[in-house]
Amino acid sequence: MNARILALHGGLLALLLVLHFVLPVYHHGNLARIMVLACYAIGYNLLFGYTGLLSLGHAMFFAAGMYGMGMPFHHLGLGAELAFLAGIGTAGALALVVGLLALRTLGVAFMIVTLMFSQAFYLMILLAARWTRGDEGLVLAGADRVLFGLDLTDPDIRYLLALGLFALCLSAALWLVRRPFGRVLVAIRENPERAELLGYDIFRHKLAAVVVSGMFSGAAGAAYGLMFGYVGASFAEVHFSIFPLLWVLLGGAGTVIGPFFGVLFMFYLIDISSGLTPAYMLIAGVALVLLTLFAPQGLAGEVRRRWLRWLP
Amino acid sequence: MTKTTETGATPADPARRDALRTLAGAGAAAAALPLWARYTHAQSAAPIRVGFQMHATGIGAAYGRWYDRTTQAAARLINETGGINGRPLEIVTEDDGTDPRRGAEVVEKFANQHRVDVAYGTLFSHVVIGSAPRAGELKLPYFVVSEGHHVASGMLNRWTLQPGITDVKSQVLAMAPFVAETLGKKVTMIFPDYAFGHDHRDFFSEAMAAQGGEVIAKIAIPPTETSFTRYFPRIPRETDVIYHVMVGPAVLTFVKEMGEFFGPSRPAIFGFIDSLEAVDLRSPGLEFLEGTYFWEGMPRYVQPGQTDYDRAYRAAIGLDENGASLADPRDVSAYAHMFGCWETLHVIKRGMEAAGYAGPQDRQKLVEAVEVMTEMPESHEHPQGRKLFNGRTHQVFGQQHVSKLENGRLDVVRTVPLEETFYPDEVDYTAQPF
Amino acid sequence: MEFGPHLMLAALEGAVTAAVLALMAAGLSLVFGVMRVVNVAHGEFYMLGAVLAFVVAGMAGGGAPGFVAALVAVPLIVAALAVAADRAVLRRLSYDPERTIVATIGILYILQQLALMGYGPDARPVAPPFNHRIALPWIDWGAGGPVLTWPWGLSITSYKLFVIGAAATVLAGLWLLMTRTRIGLVMRATQLDRETAQTFGIPVGRVYALVFGLGAGLAALAGVLIVPIQQAHYLMGGDALLLSFIVVIIGGLGSLPGTLIAAVLIGLSDGIISVFFSPTLAKIIATLLVALVLVFRPQGLMGKPAR
Repeated sequence: MNARILALHGGLLALLLVLHFVLPVYHHGNLARIMVLACYAIGYNLLFGYTGLLSLGHAMFFAAGMYGMGMPFHHLGLGAELAFLAGIGTAGALALVVGLLALRTLGVAFMIVTLMFSQAFYLMILLAARWTRGDEGLVLAGADRVLFGLDLTDPDIRYLLALGLFALCLSAALWLVRRPFGRVLVAIRENPERAELLGYDIFRHKLAAVVVSGMFSGAAGAAYGLMFGYVGASFAEVHFSIFPLLWVLLGGAGTVIGPFFGVLFMFYLIDISSGLTPAYMLIAGVALVLLTLFAPQGLAGEVRRRWLRWLP
Repeated sequence: MTKTTETGATPADPARRDALRTLAGAGAAAAALPLWARYTHAQSAAPIRVGFQMHATGIGAAYGRWYDRTTQAAARLINETGGINGRPLEIVTEDDGTDPRRGAEVVEKFANQHRVDVAYGTLFSHVVIGSAPRAGELKLPYFVVSEGHHVASGMLNRWTLQPGITDVKSQVLAMAPFVAETLGKKVTMIFPDYAFGHDHRDFFSEAMAAQGGEVIAKIAIPPTETSFTRYFPRIPRETDVIYHVMVGPAVLTFVKEMGEFFGPSRPAIFGFIDSLEAVDLRSPGLEFLEGTYFWEGMPRYVQPGQTDYDRAYRAAIGLDENGASLADPRDVSAYAHMFGCWETLHVIKRGMEAAGYAGPQDRQKLVEAVEVMTEMPESHEHPQGRKLFNGRTHQVFGQQHVSKLENGRLDVVRTVPLEETFYPDEVDYTAQPF
Repeated sequence: MEFGPHLMLAALEGAVTAAVLALMAAGLSLVFGVMRVVNVAHGEFYMLGAVLAFVVAGMAGGGAPGFVAALVAVPLIVAALAVAADRAVLRRLSYDPERTIVATIGILYILQQLALMGYGPDARPVAPPFNHRIALPWIDWGAGGPVLTWPWGLSITSYKLFVIGAAATVLAGLWLLMTRTRIGLVMRATQLDRETAQTFGIPVGRVYALVFGLGAGLAALAGVLIVPIQQAHYLMGGDALLLSFIVVIIGGLGSLPGTLIAAVLIGLSDGIISVFFSPTLAKIIATLLVALVLVFRPQGLMGKPAR
């Protein structure tokens, strides 16, 4: 393991820990959200940035995690710990089924198939309104949101747990992409024929990537629901599938650290510009166009291209 | 804050700019000081800050614009008449994009960044439900103007109140007798496949059965739908009354296609004005609705015997006798709902005065002061009419109207007094801890 | 309503959907096929078509003349706008597929916000130039042989028939343009092989700008045609984009006939499936069906298998 890689990623986590003590309360809360959403983006990036599969349906995995956690939590009184695991399991199972079907396709067809499955999943949430309360969603009772004795309604605990989840996802992603498994994924992205000739089972590797990516997304969804006490169908809508794509492209596809900066950038772009003008979408739109013009590899990608060639 | 600049070029940038903006805000506030000087107590002359969660973009934007205009008009009036506890009222507006995720973030921004005294003004149910848990955790009084049943159903919390607009359950209960007596016993309901639509379906079916009527078909329309004709054949032939309540930008299409479907022979039609709120009733394609009935929270067109309160309220917002903007008669308001903003702001004022509200440390006292409110007489503060607030369920009750569309305008044919809109309590928030 | 007339009504409605969808998807397919980029802002060109139709029709005094003015002017305005966007942004990205997605998302935000500021959040209608309700007959098999009946609710409007006809005419024109003219030949050559086309002296940059403008113009035309049926609203582009995107892929990349067939299939199946199931369930089934078509025929209906 490369020392600079450890130093960089460990340094980010250490910085986030320091920020816990110094940030003003509003930004402290924002960063907790950003870290959870960054887990979603990291999961998305494993599939998109490393394996080269562009999914437009990842909201279904995020929502599967959220509802897989929230439904037994709300209706069956399952504890937060088990409910969280149930969320990840639901997302993983869904990813397995979707992967088995969707991986028969390539390129744009893969985009559409994942988009369609995700849309169907969203409509199913509405159809099962008797249990899900449809678009309105469910409120998870604050008194029950206790994980291993830690009160999830407490902002400090929430921040540290978000940091813990983020650290876990970041290091898992780092570990994965530096293992032979990750190398094969990159090989598949760069040249599937050659990877096949070398004797790798492309389908199984891709399927594994879909499932892992889905479980990361599901973990983020389950955590988001638990931490902020709300489970809603808007998290399964199309735009919530486009966000991780945007985050990853902005932060730098195919970098482990990039997705975090993509989420951070996008969050504050909206937050700050909406404070300056009601027409904040205009600013966001112009910023996106400028970014693609002048930082085509995304933030971390640009850093890698110019200075840090070793960035994983 | 300066420490955050260590994280590198771009990510820290927002934080720094944010700090600069806060400074700029402080500068602007200082420049505005002379304006406040006319308020008496120097040490407590800082404004009362109300965070207005506005649907400026997204699917709720058509309503959001009018909620904003009503809010600004009410705040202006309150300030002209001495403010709240001698302090000016300041509205801090944040767009939530009609999205529950952003809604919760906006509530945090209100509490932790803008340091508002209360949050207020949310309309769409899913945004309310997504935001309320955070408001509860932050112990921020959250006054919603949503007409959803979520507050009174007990699914929210002690910090969330709806004192300015009635909820869908009481509205529907009030309409059932009129439909059964006047229009017919066999009803087909058409509603969006949203929780909001399901509330209509469930409460109205129940209320209709109590009136000896029957809902013979329930047609739930998927929310993303843009054309509707294919669903109309599901309407049974023996239908006496069609009950419709649609929301979103496709409602005009819905009504128009319903007209084209039935042609000259149609059953009686009763709808919630939600289907055509902020829409000009003389728009092409709506001729078909001539002679049909609507629920209205507050009559859009000036009625005979108009109260002074209604006259003053229209003048304050800048509306003509057709409920449209004085500047542009085609710019029609969300008249049946937006009075809720006006009345809620006045309830906040009254509550703060009763609680002797001095700052965020008195937020709990404010909630308690509102909880003990009951009677709200018809007045300039309550132009829609007399209200009765139920502190246990955090929900207000008021009169409801049935209007008939004739010659391109709506005229009230029946007013249901508020006593006929009650239902048994489903929650007692006052028993919950803060 | 009886089953038969219900099915016929649903099919007719499906045909109207298909007509508008085919126009819009043909534009997307052209851009996709020739330039190999996904234009996420395509739905916003459709929205602009509808919104500008409201504006132009209003300025021209409304009624039939107003509508005709919008029909002529609006697609040209939107096409010019798209050409400008191509020159200012896409060309500078060298049409890189991923960067184009982000850039067109940016353009989507910009156009939506401009529409919200300039036009407002309301849904507003444009009066159709003509609109007659046409009741339709149905043949029942009575005791004494076939009987002509006029079932309750079975009807269409003259304007909806006009939309179907107009879309068919424009698509036929587009097909002629692509197959019978020099400019069409140039476009097809660029589509087949960009480098070779360039060496043969085809100004690829100008062809791209033209294609992008033509695609946007088709979307805007679809927007103008739909606005007397469905109102103009600043968020209407989203769902339309998704549907036309699906049509393009199902039809097979860059195949105009495939796009047309897919539009008709999706429009009709959406209508017909709604006869058999409750509305939301019907949407789910239709959505999954589309996904499964691609799963088992990934190259689309008319596309050739890859490699």
